[in-house]
Formats: sequence, C-alpha cells, structure tokens
Amino acid sequence: MNQSSAIPSVAAPADDAPLVVGGITLNSRLIVGTGKYATYAEMARCLDASGTDCVTVAVRRERLVNAAGENILDHLDSTRYALLPNTAGCYSANDAVRVARLGRELLRDMGSACSEWVKLEVLGDRRTLLPDPVGTLEATEKLVADGFTVLVYTSDDPVIAKRLKDLGAASVMPAGSPIGSGQGVLNANNLRICLEYLKEDDPSYPVIVDAGVGTASDVAVAMELGADGVLLNTAIAHARDPVRMAEAMRAGCRAGRLAFLAGRMPRRLYATASSPDEGSIAGPRS
Amino acid sequence: MVSERPTADVAGNPDVMVTVNGERRLAPAGSSLHDLVEALGFAGRPVAVEVDGQVVSRGRFADRRLVGGEKIEIVMFVGGG
Repeated sequence: MNQSSAIPSVAAPADDAPLVVGGITLNSRLIVGTGKYATYAEMARCLDASGTDCVTVAVRRERLVNAAGENILDHLDSTRYALLPNTAGCYSANDAVRVARLGRELLRDMGSACSEWVKLEVLGDRRTLLPDPVGTLEATEKLVADGFTVLVYTSDDPVIAKRLKDLGAASVMPAGSPIGSGQGVLNANNLRICLEYLKEDDPSYPVIVDAGVGTASDVAVAMELGADGVLLNTAIAHARDPVRMAEAMRAGCRAGRLAFLAGRMPRRLYATASSPDEGSIAGPRS
Repeated sequence: MVSERPTADVAGNPDVMVTVNGERRLAPAGSSLHDLVEALGFAGRPVAVEVDGQVVSRGRFADRRLVGGEKIEIVMFVGGG
C-alpha cells in the first residue's frame, strides 16, 4: 500500500469467494443477531429474508420457573444456520471466558459442527457498550489458548485491531458505531486503516463490521470499504417492517460487496462531462 | 425434590444448600448434579451447567455429587446480537 496516498483502500480480489472465518465457510456475508424481535416467528421470517446462514445467540440463565417456556432453538433450524454464541453482557475477561465456555458446551451438546467459535465481547460500560480494550485483549489470549475460534468485537481503533489479530483472533470485528445506536459507520477512515493493517500480507483475513448499522446503506458503506461481512441485529429487529428491512440488508450487503469488487471511480473535485464536447452546437459562456 | 425447606434423608443426613442461578436451593443429601437438573425440570432441555466456575458436561452430571455450598449456573441460548 502506498503510504503517501491520501485515503488508503484495500485491494479487491479479482473473483469473489465465500467468506471463510476460522475454517467455517459462510455463503452470506451478513451475520444476523437473534435479539429484540417481537416474536420468534418474526425473527425466523427476518432471518430467512436476510439470506444469512450465521446467527448470533446469547447465553443466559435458564429461568427456574416456567421451564417449559419456548426456547429459541425451537425456532432456529441448526442445519440451516450456524449458531455463533456471544459473550454479550460481560464486563471482565474472566466472565467472558466463562460465558464462552458455556456457549461451547451448549453447542457441543447440540452436536454442532462449529462448537469452538465465539463472538467475544468484553464491554467497558453500560451506557456506551463500547469494548474494554484491555479486557478484550486478555480474553482473546485466554480463549485462543483454550482452542477457541475467536471473532472479536472491538472498536475501530486500528492499533487494538492489529493486537487482537496478533493474539490469534480468527476475525477482528470493529464497530461502525456503538451497539444498537443505528449511527452507521462513523469513522470510515479508521475502518480503512483497520482493513489495511489486518489484511496486509494476509488479504483473506476476515474483517467483519459489527455494530452500529441503522439501515441498508450503512451495510453497503461497510462492504464498499472492503469489509468481508457485517454483523447486525437491532437495525432489522427495530425497523418498522423488520422483514422488509432484512431483505434490504441483504440487498445492501450484496450491493456494497459488488461495488467493492468493481472498484469505485476516483473522487474528483471538479466535474467531468459524461457527454462528449465534440460536436456540440453550444459552447461555454465566454 | 428440590425444596426450600430443610429435610434429611433416611439416614438422617441433612439436605445441602446450593446456589442455582443466584437463588439458594436445598438438595437432598447425596444427590447429584443430574438429580438437581432433573428436579428443576431441565433434564430434556438444551442447557449447559457450570459449577463453581467450571463447566460440567452433561455426561458427568450423574458423577457429580453435591456437597453443599456450590455455586451452580444453568444456562441456555437466548436471542442476542
């Protein structure tokens, strides 16, 4: 990459291939969360419309009363969707490691083919849900040592992103903006630098933009920057028409990926006419 | 059965107190993790169990005797992002 260029951009591969994360092939570049839907039936329709084949789930205490209640697994076809457990709600590396191990146990108990992966979140505080970088680094190191395939939620800080990759994270997942905020990609230049750092000498290293998406154009922006995928939840679940938004996200993801592969034209300060000057019967005002 | 009221087994051994998902529960003396999970109604459900910070696989539930004082977490998957 030319260090002197004003705005770096990662090189697009000549041909597209499915996203591979830690040896797991995903045919869709959207990873969709399963939280906040009005009903499980609506969730199932949204997942179907999004085209995803990988969904995140959280690990929580089983209720000691009403144990006969509905379980999300009754509404998720585990032959169709790869389940990616998260460590959402953890504010320390230690708790995140415990939750990751419980998620792995749940997947193993289900006979999942990809039971060793986790979406790692170690959060800093409840108001921003921004990642705690120190705890995130610590938990990544522990989980990698324990054999996990770690997909790690982080900020858009390129230095931390690189450190997480160096610790063995299978995918670094920088946030576009705070979780559930719907603000989209706030700092495209930081994401560009993250992509450049993470993909230097390793172009297939998967970088997934996780969090902050508000609408389909946000997904397209992330994908146009060269992200390998986008993980989102609230933007679908809290849309006025969640199923239609899920379809929009699918289209936005595809549009952004195609645009990235196609390679956008350079930005120019001045106009360049699309119609030829030659043969025009008019001329510029003199 | 898991109950809130202390009892004892036929040999006079008192029930043991454990903490399950943050709630204190009495379990009969000599009972196992398997017995507890069954008594709570989770036997056929997709749950994972941690005892004192360590995951215990389903295959080990029956071997794991409750001695009292254990902090047990019984978890499942829920919707999340």
